[in-house]
Amino acid sequence: MIRVSDLVTHYGERKILDGLDLTVFEGEILVIMGGSGSGKSTLLNHLLGLLTPTSGTIELLGMDFTHASAGNKQLLRRYMGMAFQNGALFSSMTLAENIQLPMREHTNLPQSTMDILTQMKLEVVNLGGFENLMPSELSGGMIKRAALARAIALDPELLFFDEPSAGLDPIVAAELDQLILRLRDGLQMTMVVVTHELDSAFTIADRIVVLDKGKIVFNGSVEAIRECPHETVVALINRQPQEQNQADSDAFIERLLN
Amino acid sequence: MHTPDYRYYVESYLMNPLIAIEHIGRTVVKGIEELGFATVLLVQAVFWIFVGSFKKQPVRVSAVFLQMMQIGVAAVPIVAILSFAVGIMLAIQGIHTLRVFGAERQVVYGIALSVVREFGPLITGILVAGRTGSALAARIGTMRVSQEVDALKVMGINPVRYLVSPVLVAMLIMLPSLTFLANLAGLFGGAVFSVAELGMSFTAYADRCYSILTTDDLAQGLIKSLVFAVIIALVGVTNGFRVTGGAEGVGRSTTRSVVLSISFIVIADMIFTYFLNR
Repeated sequence: MIRVSDLVTHYGERKILDGLDLTVFEGEILVIMGGSGSGKSTLLNHLLGLLTPTSGTIELLGMDFTHASAGNKQLLRRYMGMAFQNGALFSSMTLAENIQLPMREHTNLPQSTMDILTQMKLEVVNLGGFENLMPSELSGGMIKRAALARAIALDPELLFFDEPSAGLDPIVAAELDQLILRLRDGLQMTMVVVTHELDSAFTIADRIVVLDKGKIVFNGSVEAIRECPHETVVALINRQPQEQNQADSDAFIERLLN
Repeated sequence: MHTPDYRYYVESYLMNPLIAIEHIGRTVVKGIEELGFATVLLVQAVFWIFVGSFKKQPVRVSAVFLQMMQIGVAAVPIVAILSFAVGIMLAIQGIHTLRVFGAERQVVYGIALSVVREFGPLITGILVAGRTGSALAARIGTMRVSQEVDALKVMGINPVRYLVSPVLVAMLIMLPSLTFLANLAGLFGGAVFSVAELGMSFTAYADRCYSILTTDDLAQGLIKSLVFAVIIALVGVTNGFRVTGGAEGVGRSTTRSVVLSISFIVIADMIFTYFLNR
């Protein structure tokens, strides 16, 4: 489904991703975890084609995405969906119009068919009946679900999530996890989820990948991650704060006075 | 990103005058970079207008009409009222000045030519720059900040085709139309005052206007309005796409968009007026 080969990327001078190799298999849910600044959001942006790497290739659904023409990329996007962290719903359109936008762009369906499909997608995410609301009138959980409804509007083969459970209360987060699992089972989608919510990750993941400073330090199953000896992985799993170096009191006073 | 305030600049210039030259250099480089960005947007927008349908990314007519409503139709009341007021003011000042030479009845000459050649396009341009220039920067800037532009890209929708091309087409249609309306309103305003003050009839005023104005006068005004249309559209979308820093960034770029549009409109007006009248 996805094959990342030797991906290297920079922000200016800083190397963010350092020779990443990653494969995502069909029908699996891959969870990408990592501390802040580990490069997981950057990796996601590269997989989506929003950023171009310094070197390396990304192969999506059999096509070399990094070197593909704009026309080919556009054809491929019909088979991808993305649910952004804050929804990224178009605030000037209703929920129904948001979900119908990908349909309008990629298909020639008549309005009545699009309306029925919109209803179907909203029912899947439990937002049936809310199609005429504006995004500003939705609660946090509803926004996440609406973003998901828009991401699955064209029944994509590949689905990406950026922090799906961030900021949600535990019950709504659990419901979203179950929704993700049902989508995978019911529609055979391959999913890549970037998150750092441990509970969600352990519930939904078939495989977990942990990034640290731009490299993959763990790539395996949910059971295997608990056995992993790597210090960053252990700290992540067990929510251990990083040891602060004992401050030299003289240096500390100097910093205060400068 | 915290922009240093003026005291930082003054202190550093006093310490080392060469820093002033460095700052000027950097500002020029940034300006050229922004000009390049705006040009790229213009070329891409025009490209999508003509080639979009063949690449499965058509510029939708409904989007153009929506922009035309927002840019043009919604501005009709204010453009008409303010141009009417300017027409009256031109009449007042003109009559007051010409009284010195006892040539008040010649004021129609002044009003007709000033309105059609200069004030119609200029007032319309400034008004639309204030309304639409700010709206464009705010809308696109907010979309950038909330990742809506990324969402468009991920859906395979080119942001320039979706956001910029409809605006450009709508501006090129609406601004000359509004300018023509402004001309009529301005001439009418001048008529109202001239008729009241000088006792000439509306018919006589209209007759004089008709004989004074040439196609060239009208064309000058409308060509200028086309240039203003491109300026307002480009400055608005450029500032929108280059927003950084959340809500405050959007506010700054909105203000900048209006100030820059109006400045460029006045400068372009000066340049065009010079070259069209050599």
